[in-house]
Amino acid sequence: MVDVTPADAVPPAEVGEVELYHPHSWWTKYVFSQDAKVIAVQYSATATAIGLVALVLSWLMRLQLGFPGTFDFITPEAYYQFITMHGMIMVIYLLTALFLGGFGNYLIPLMVGARDMVFPYVNMLSYWIYLLAVLVLVSSFFAPGGPTGAGWTLYPPQAIMSGTPGGQDWGIILMLSSLILFIIGFTMGGLNYVVTVLQGRTRGMTLMRLPLTVWGIFTATVMALLAFPALFVACVMMLLDRVLGTSFFMPAIVEMGEQLQHNGGSPILFQHLFWFFGHPEVYIVALPAFGIVSDLISTHARKNIFGYRMMVWAIIAIGALSFVVWAHHMYVSGMNPYFGFFFATTTLIIAVPTAIKVYNWVLTLWRGDIHLTIPMLFALAFIVTFVNGGLTGLFLGNVVVDVPLSDTMFVVAHFHMVMGVAPILVIFGAIYHWYPKVTGRMLDETLGRFHFWVTFVGAYLIFFPMHYLGLMGVPRRYAELTDMNIMTESAHHLNSFISIMAFIVGFAQMVFLFNLIWSIRHGREAGGNPWRATTLEWQTPQTPPTHGNFGKELPIVYRWAYDYSVPGAKEDFIPQNVPGAFAPSREPA
Amino acid sequence: MAVVLVLVLIVVGSVLFHFLSPWWWTPIASNWDYIDHTIIISFWITGIVFAAVVLFMAYCVFRFRHREGNRAAYEPENKRLESWLMIVTAAGVTALLVPGLFVWSRFVTVPSDATEVEVVAQQWQWSFRLPGKDGKLGTSDTRDVTADNPLGVAPKDPNGQDDVLVEAADLHLPVGKPIKVLLRSIDVLHDFYIPEFRAKMDMIPGSVTYFWFTPTRTGTFQVLCAELCGQGHPLMHGVVVVDTEQDYLAWLGQQQTFAQLSAPQQSGSANQPSGKAMASGLDVAANSKLLRPAQ
Repeated sequence: MVDVTPADAVPPAEVGEVELYHPHSWWTKYVFSQDAKVIAVQYSATATAIGLVALVLSWLMRLQLGFPGTFDFITPEAYYQFITMHGMIMVIYLLTALFLGGFGNYLIPLMVGARDMVFPYVNMLSYWIYLLAVLVLVSSFFAPGGPTGAGWTLYPPQAIMSGTPGGQDWGIILMLSSLILFIIGFTMGGLNYVVTVLQGRTRGMTLMRLPLTVWGIFTATVMALLAFPALFVACVMMLLDRVLGTSFFMPAIVEMGEQLQHNGGSPILFQHLFWFFGHPEVYIVALPAFGIVSDLISTHARKNIFGYRMMVWAIIAIGALSFVVWAHHMYVSGMNPYFGFFFATTTLIIAVPTAIKVYNWVLTLWRGDIHLTIPMLFALAFIVTFVNGGLTGLFLGNVVVDVPLSDTMFVVAHFHMVMGVAPILVIFGAIYHWYPKVTGRMLDETLGRFHFWVTFVGAYLIFFPMHYLGLMGVPRRYAELTDMNIMTESAHHLNSFISIMAFIVGFAQMVFLFNLIWSIRHGREAGGNPWRATTLEWQTPQTPPTHGNFGKELPIVYRWAYDYSVPGAKEDFIPQNVPGAFAPSREPA
Repeated sequence: MAVVLVLVLIVVGSVLFHFLSPWWWTPIASNWDYIDHTIIISFWITGIVFAAVVLFMAYCVFRFRHREGNRAAYEPENKRLESWLMIVTAAGVTALLVPGLFVWSRFVTVPSDATEVEVVAQQWQWSFRLPGKDGKLGTSDTRDVTADNPLGVAPKDPNGQDDVLVEAADLHLPVGKPIKVLLRSIDVLHDFYIPEFRAKMDMIPGSVTYFWFTPTRTGTFQVLCAELCGQGHPLMHGVVVVDTEQDYLAWLGQQQTFAQLSAPQQSGSANQPSGKAMASGLDVAANSKLLRPAQ
């Protein structure tokens, strides 16, 4: 427990200021920009655009599930293309890109008190390669045979065989190529985020004074840098199997009566590689959401985050543990069943640090001064959906319980709740929270509340009942649920209800998009710090912050990020760059 | 304040839905009611945690909502509370894990008296093989698959000659006897899944996987494929009939062995792997035009 560091004790800068690259033209300022804030907006806009495609795809698949046989154009082939592209886009091209490329780029330099990312040129390249990856992905819709329909997990052998849409056409090749590009682009950005957090912090910004948003994004980025290479090699190997006829993942196979030329490969090897990436990926999406929601709750409840140190260690523990749980996606894959004992144990251990985070969010509300702003509403909604989805994870992680539920709609409901809806709710909350900093104007309140209620309640009504379809035994990835003995009449009605809710929730997102565009010009002027928050991004001399972020002098940090309602202080918040006598006496040392 | 009401409604609604809705598991037909018990334990523990967290949150929002002059407390940490919560959580997790692992050890321990039955999957149909009088299945290899030998039984293995083959037709099993299902695929991943038996397992080309169960009641059960296997996946249905011992033996007597089926005069149309499932699968392929570029 340290007392406030007096201003004169701040160490001198170790290195002098380095002049930033300054853009000379409209093109270098807004298009080929090296400013992390512009890159963040580019990343976010691209991710949102491709996310809209995935949203439409989800409508199409819900049309088929809710009203089977009504829409002739949704053939099984098309249905599998819809679900595959929906899943891949949402997980990789929307969530990962938006959290790390979007929020990471915008918030890391501002929150740690840096003028920009440490490698601005590489940062720019990162975005353009990401854009290329998205374009390659989109091109598969127009390629002969259409996009791949292998499921987002792309399991071989079917992913590269003719019984699967795109398997022997261009679909799978374009998908694998796009992923390879995405990973290259991400690595460029990711190295930037990590080095900026480690090396680019302003004076006084110790690691234990970082806002949890930065901790979340930082840890997720480190994880992504370790996990994506597994996907990278898996993609390269499958591409070789498909294009050159190698047999990394292909054993001897008879396809429709014909012996294929492959021999000796291991389909299950791909699953190990995929999930060695795929499970950390869940937390690559979740940890930034954990971090951001901590800051939203603290700011809007006007109270310090409860148990900051525990929160940081929980993030790190979750990040580390998530590398030893991957095979819980493979309990019924046919791997050695004795793996189940190990992976069930590690999986359930992760529940402990995760639960601590939930407790600490809720305990931050306890004795707070809760302002029910839109970001706060989204944060509350996140806790509900995350707790719900996290708890059903205890079913699926507990090996034997997974046996009947695996590959059913229960799994679909679980992961949509925990890594679909929950992180998206945080993204919405974060956009309502930081939009005023990005544009200088507030988002419209009425539209925002409408968006919140429909999204939150609607999404819960979609995914909560869906668990029970899975409990009945309804399998996932079924383009047709007809002729199935376990599907009762009422279960079909439930599916129709879920579909209708999906259309309504999707419609609410259009309202949100309208709000985003409309408020750029017509929103209420926000001022520099509308939420009266403590972190550095709200203390910039201009809003929106200009190139270089902090004007002439970089801020010096004197306190942690959570000095809300400090006893004796006049205001109910003390920004991180304010020196002074009001003891953050209980700031964690 | 609406949010407080909605939070409470979510808890109450979810609990009511759980108990009152008509959507629940299908009546069990195997010995894996142990699994159902662990699911019930999971529902209770997680349900209580869910209700407690959300209701506490609702209370906090109600009690500590912003009003003029309110000020939040300043309490960065509370070591004691944090430790207690960690201990309680660890206890809850243990209460889930221990019965789970206990049942899993049963699941992976096949009884020594279990009868082996082989299930062979291909796009998009199920075939079966039962050991003949010698009680042993002959070896098999995907490389041995031909039109006359669709399951790839090793032609030279004497153990395989009396194996009973059931190609693209219904499998019958005797009630009350433990069965070890050996799972094989000759093309892509599939998953042998019968909701009433609770158990399922992927089949992997190039490997033989397995699980075991004991059918506990007679009846006709639908087999579903639970691992995406291409566009015919949703139509890859099969049938398992659980019979009394008598009916089972009667059925078994009508089946043909590998040696009978591969005798020269027998080869031909009877052995083509062209069952109903395959035909409907091909229909699927024929119907798929969407997302192809306009010709």
